[in-house]
Amino acid sequence: MATLLLAEHDDKSLNEATARALTAALELGAPVDILVAGLASRPAAEAAATLAGVGKVLLADDEALAHRRAEPVAALILSLAADYDAIVAPATSSGKNVLPRVAALLDVMQLSDITRIVAPDTFERPIYAGNAIETVRSRDATKVITVRIAAFPPAPSGGAASIETVAATDDIHLSAFVGADLSVSERPELSSARVIVSGGRALGSAEKFAEVITPLADSLKAAIGASRAAVDAGYAGNDLQVGQTGKVVAPELYVAVGISGAIQHLAGMKDSKVIVAINKDPEAPIFQVADFGLVDDLFTAVPALVEALKP
Amino acid sequence: MKILVPVKRVVDANVKIRVKADGTGVDLANVKMAMNPFCEIAVEEALRIKEAGGASEVIVVSVGGEKSSETLRTGLAMGADRGILVKTDAARIEPLAVAKLLKAVIGNEKPDLVILGKQAIDDDSNQTGQMLAALLGWPQATFASKLVLADGSAEVTREIDGGAETLRLKLPAVVTTDLRLNEPRYASLPNIMKAKKKPLDETSPEALGVDITPRLEVLKIDEPAKRGAGIKVGSAAELVGKLREAGVI
Repeated sequence: MATLLLAEHDDKSLNEATARALTAALELGAPVDILVAGLASRPAAEAAATLAGVGKVLLADDEALAHRRAEPVAALILSLAADYDAIVAPATSSGKNVLPRVAALLDVMQLSDITRIVAPDTFERPIYAGNAIETVRSRDATKVITVRIAAFPPAPSGGAASIETVAATDDIHLSAFVGADLSVSERPELSSARVIVSGGRALGSAEKFAEVITPLADSLKAAIGASRAAVDAGYAGNDLQVGQTGKVVAPELYVAVGISGAIQHLAGMKDSKVIVAINKDPEAPIFQVADFGLVDDLFTAVPALVEALKP
Repeated sequence: MKILVPVKRVVDANVKIRVKADGTGVDLANVKMAMNPFCEIAVEEALRIKEAGGASEVIVVSVGGEKSSETLRTGLAMGADRGILVKTDAARIEPLAVAKLLKAVIGNEKPDLVILGKQAIDDDSNQTGQMLAALLGWPQATFASKLVLADGSAEVTREIDGGAETLRLKLPAVVTTDLRLNEPRYASLPNIMKAKKKPLDETSPEALGVDITPRLEVLKIDEPAKRGAGIKVGSAAELVGKLREAGVI
């Protein structure tokens, strides 16, 4: 038997989340095939074929799969499911959208957001915003799994898998794509960035958020993140939210600026390699997880840091 | 048009939970409980649709023990019309079982729209809405930040990695809520009193003919690994020095 991994991609290129989820999929011990579903997504399929350890790449190219709506993608996976005893996807917004639909149609319980594979049927996953780790064993015949991408390193390239085309199932037109509003940014992507600078409510306004955080992110070549409080207050977009209800990240360096460190934020970043906290409140809980804490007013400390970083 | 809103009773979002030392679970004795925050957003959205003339009735449903009726009363105090408790004393009810129970309730109630939270802040599964849509054969829009109803359809803007996208769903449909959809109201005291008189029906997994036996076996529940305590630095320049030493810049 084998494992089917649903690729995260935008048709033109393969997202690094796929390579990370592949590492987890390979740990299950069976051969792994990657499914690339989309429209004009051969470039993404070709990139998937170069990942080391891939059996074959299944390419489903169809109008119905453009924008990867949940109903047609789930139907496609279901049409392939008989050949697989595990179906895996990265826990991206797309993977989280589609996979429970597949699990329900297979009448199995999904294993969400796993962080460790203990055995092919036993997994660790965080619950209560990462304040507890649950070890669960699945009794279901097919394992349907989403993988926390920050918990697994990307699989290397060096493979040369074959690409087979597979047919999409009929679109039953329950939903239609109307439009998308994607932020265009030259910055590294939040979920795979090596360095992240995040701002919190202490920034005070959307203008100040941009004015203070951007230069620091520029000088560190970092992605920008935000606490839920900053997102709620409208200082930053929700796609920048780091935390239990946003993205979970584990960069080499995480700089928290004006973030107090609520449980739900810590859940999203506490596995970062090095954490820096800048906050004027010495009692802020963020200092309990920070490797380096700077107790200072962020409006003077951050410009000083930008200055000190200049070569 | 009827809107059904499933809600879950969870540990209050502000409580720092404690893992039991013997690894058997999380200590819930004398812990403050509340409606899951994403469920509150779902109730609020349904009420706003009704208040704008877009729906005739809002029904809240919960699966759980006797105490889950308190969570339903919260929904009724916010303004929902009636509640249904699927009563069970099962220690663990998994999302797949909840989706099956909701499907059975929906078979009786025939709502045009189901709005529910994207995830519960206890088990963090993020599954129930998608599973329910699948079992019903309905379209879904998860992680909604905007919901507009039109004739026989719903236009939903969803939070996705890198931005937002908008889908049009044929009704009936399932929508799961994200944070920015709305800001839920507080129930006023008169409304809390009024909610006590609103109808609250009870049913059970047995009456609905659903097997809720868990598929996952929980082997243990541990505390996460702790981070070692760090140090305070005195200045930006000292911080840069430390980061260079650590090799991260």
